[in-house]
Amino acid sequence: MDIAKSAIKNCLVLLLVSQTFCQANAQVPFDRILNAVDEPQNWLTYNGSYMSQRFSLLDQINQENIRDLELKWVLQNQVFGAWQSNPIVVDGIMYVTERPNSVMALDAITGRVFWKYVHTPDERARVCCGANNRGVAILGDKVFMGTLDARLLALDRINGEVLWNTEVGDVARANSVTMAPLAVKDKVIVGVGGGEFGIRGYVAAYHADTGEQAWKTFTIPGPGEPGHESWQDDDWMHGGAPVWITGSFDVEQNQVYWGVGNPGPDWNNEQRPGDNLYSDSVIALNVDTGELEWYFQFTPNDPYDYDAVQVPVLADLNWNGMPKRVMMWANRNGYFYVLDRTSGECLVAKPYVQVNWSSGLDENCRPIITPQPDGMPTYPGNQGGTNWYPPSFSPRTGLFYFSAWEDYATIYRSEEQEYEPGRAFLGGGFSVLAPAPDAPTIGIGRTNPVNNWTDEVGHASLKAMDPNTGEEVWEFEQYDVSDSGMLTTATDLLITGGREGYFHVLNAHNGELLFHKNLGGQIVMAPITYMVDGVQYVSIISGNSLFTFALKG
Amino acid sequence: MSIRLNGIRYPKISLLAGMAGLTITFSIFGRAQELGDHQYTSEAIQAGLRVYSRECALCHGPQGDLVSGINLARGEFRSAQSDDDLRSVISEGRAQGQMPAFDLRETELSGVIAYIRAGLDPDGVAIPIGDAGRGLALFQGKGECASCHRVNGTGPRIAPDLSAIGVQRSPASLQLNLIDPAAAILPINRPVRIVTRNEETITGRRLNEDTYTVQLIDSNEQLRSLIKSDLVTYEISEAPSKGPTHLTPAEVADVIAYLLTLDGDV
Repeated sequence: MDIAKSAIKNCLVLLLVSQTFCQANAQVPFDRILNAVDEPQNWLTYNGSYMSQRFSLLDQINQENIRDLELKWVLQNQVFGAWQSNPIVVDGIMYVTERPNSVMALDAITGRVFWKYVHTPDERARVCCGANNRGVAILGDKVFMGTLDARLLALDRINGEVLWNTEVGDVARANSVTMAPLAVKDKVIVGVGGGEFGIRGYVAAYHADTGEQAWKTFTIPGPGEPGHESWQDDDWMHGGAPVWITGSFDVEQNQVYWGVGNPGPDWNNEQRPGDNLYSDSVIALNVDTGELEWYFQFTPNDPYDYDAVQVPVLADLNWNGMPKRVMMWANRNGYFYVLDRTSGECLVAKPYVQVNWSSGLDENCRPIITPQPDGMPTYPGNQGGTNWYPPSFSPRTGLFYFSAWEDYATIYRSEEQEYEPGRAFLGGGFSVLAPAPDAPTIGIGRTNPVNNWTDEVGHASLKAMDPNTGEEVWEFEQYDVSDSGMLTTATDLLITGGREGYFHVLNAHNGELLFHKNLGGQIVMAPITYMVDGVQYVSIISGNSLFTFALKG
Repeated sequence: MSIRLNGIRYPKISLLAGMAGLTITFSIFGRAQELGDHQYTSEAIQAGLRVYSRECALCHGPQGDLVSGINLARGEFRSAQSDDDLRSVISEGRAQGQMPAFDLRETELSGVIAYIRAGLDPDGVAIPIGDAGRGLALFQGKGECASCHRVNGTGPRIAPDLSAIGVQRSPASLQLNLIDPAAAILPINRPVRIVTRNEETITGRRLNEDTYTVQLIDSNEQLRSLIKSDLVTYEISEAPSKGPTHLTPAEVADVIAYLLTLDGDV
C-alpha cells in the first residue's frame, strides 16, 4: 500500500468516525421528535411518535426474510419483577429504565452499557401494583425519568449526570410516577399514579431547561370549576383519577391527550355518587397552558377499576369520503371507541369482548349500566378487556391492533371505607371467577412457568379492528392472557408477545403467523424497532431480559 | 350466588352449561341438595352458635383462639382429630379440668361440633371429619384411591400426588372432589386424549399448556411434550377419569380425615 492510498483511507476512516461521532452527539430538539416519521432508524418516544401509532417505516425485515431473524444480544436485568420499560433509541444509543428507578444508556448494536444512573426512591413510596417504571423521554441534551417517589429527574444524556430533580407530588400521600414522560416543545409532561390510595390526580408540565413547573391541571375539578358537580361533599379531594400512561400530542390542535384512571375508592361507587369527572376519561389539554379543552368519559361512576389509562392512538382517516382527525381507543371497560379528536365527539363505539356491566351505549356513547347482583361475575374482569398495553395502528392496513382478554370475569365486593392519607383506599375487594374451588386464577403478571390456571379463567386475543366500523377484522388467540403491546412496520409485520414468553410475528393484513420464538419470560411491554449502520433491529423485553434481533449476517 | 368453603367465598359454576348467571344459581341450588347427607345442616350450625356463645366463648373467645395451642376456627386442636374425638373432649373434659366436661343434649353437642367445623362462621359450610385410621384403610382398599394416586413416594403417578393435599385443600374442597369430582377437578388436571400425525394415540394428564405446545404425563408415566400443530386430535375431557365415590357419607368423612393428615412431611 503506497502512502497516498493509505492517507486517503485514513481520511475516509476519520470522516466516517467523525460522522458517527457527530451523529451520536446530535441533540434531539422538539422538531426532530415532531418529525419522528422522517427518521425511522430511531425510536424517539415511548410510543414511537407523538401520534402513538407504534408504526415504523423500516422495511429491511419483511414477510419473506422474517425466518432469518436471529438473536444479536441480550441485556439481563439486575432486579426481579415485571420489566415494563419501553426503550427509546437515539442515533445508535438505547436508553432503558430498570425497576425501581434506574436508567441505562447502551450501545444499541452490542447491548453493552455506557452508564447506569440509580435513583433510590424515598422509602415512603407506595404503588399498588409493583415498582414499575415504563421508560424515559428525551429532549435536547437531556433524558427524563419519573420516579416512584413522585419526582421528575433530568439527566445529561451523555453521562447520566443529574441536571435537575424536582418534586412532582407528595410521596407521603402515595403519589408516584411510573409512566415515561412526554416531552413537547420546551416542556416535559407527566401525570401521577395513586388511584388505589385516594390521591387527587393531575397532569403537570415542567420546563425542560430548569425543572420549574409550567402548569398543573387536576383530573378532578375543584370547587367552582366545571365538572365539580359530578362529586359530592369532599369526595373530590381523594377521588383518585390518576394518570399513569404516556399521552399523545397533536401539533395542529396544539393539544396533549391523556387517559385518566379509576375513581376512588375503587369498588364502592355508592360512597362517591355522581359521574366522578374526569375519572375513566380522556382529557384534551392545551399543551402550552394545561387548560382543559374537551373530555370524554368512558365509564361514569365506575365500580370496576376500569381505568382509561390506555394510549390515545391518533390517526387521520378517510371517514365517509372526508378526512377525519380521530383518536382510537380500546378501553379497559370492554368497548372500542373512535373519537373525533378535535372535539371529543364519539364516532363509533362497540364491545370487543363479552360485556355484562352494561347492556350497550346511548347515542352519546354513555353506557347503559346493568350492575350484576352480589356474588355474580362481571365481564370483563378486574384487569379489563384490555389495559395499559400499547396498541398499534398501521396506516398501510388501516387496522388498529391491541391485546384483549377474553372469557375473564371478576366478582366484586364493596364496603364502606374511610379515607386515610397515604393508605390503600379500595372500598372492598374482588376475586377472579374460577372454574373450581381452590383453582388458581390470573393475577397481575405471571411468575409461574406452569400455567395451572389454564384458559378456563381467561385467555388473550390479539384483535385487529377496523376503526371505520368498530368491528373486529381478525383475531389471534393465545392460551394465556397477554399484557404485550404492539408494533407494526412498513412491511406489514405485526410484532408482539404475551405472558407465555413467546415473541410472535404476524402478517398485519390477516393475522397469519410468520414467526415465533420462546423467550421464556413474560412479555409485558411492546417491542420496538430501530436501525444502526444499515441494520434493522427489533428489541423486546421478556422476563428479566431485553432481547434484540436482526437478520442473519 | 356463592358458597362458602372454609371461610372463602367461591362462585360455583357448571362448566358444561357455561358461565351464564342463571346457570350458576341453579347449579348452586343443585349442589346444596346433593351435599345434604355430607354436611352438617345450617340449622345445626346456628344451634351450635347459640351453644358456643353460652358455654364455650367465655374461655375460647369469640374467634376460638384464646386457649393456647388451640384455634377452633382453623381446626387446630391439641389432640383431637375426628368429630368423635371432639365429642369425647366436650363430654368428658380434658387437661385436669381446665377443659370441663359439658352435659349437653345430643343436638347441642352435634350443633357445637358443626359450628366448629364451619370455622365459627354461622354462614359457613361444615364438613364432618371422621377417623383418619379408617380413612387410610378406605384409601388403600374399598375407596380404590391408591390405584391412581401417589402418597409419600408410593403409588402410581398418573393422578395428582396427594402427599401434601391436607395443607393444600380445605375439607369442603376435598369432600367435593370425592362426591362430585367433575365440579372440583382443577382444570390443569383434566384428562387429555391426543392423536398425533403419526397416528399415535396418547392419553394422560395435562401438566402444562401454551399457545403452541402441551406437556403431559401419559398413561405409561412418561413425560411428553407435543407441538399442537402436529396433532390431529386434541381432546380435553371436562370430567375427571374417576366418577363420584361410592363410599357412604361416614366413609367419606373418614377419608377426608386421612387426607387432612397428609401435610407433605414424609
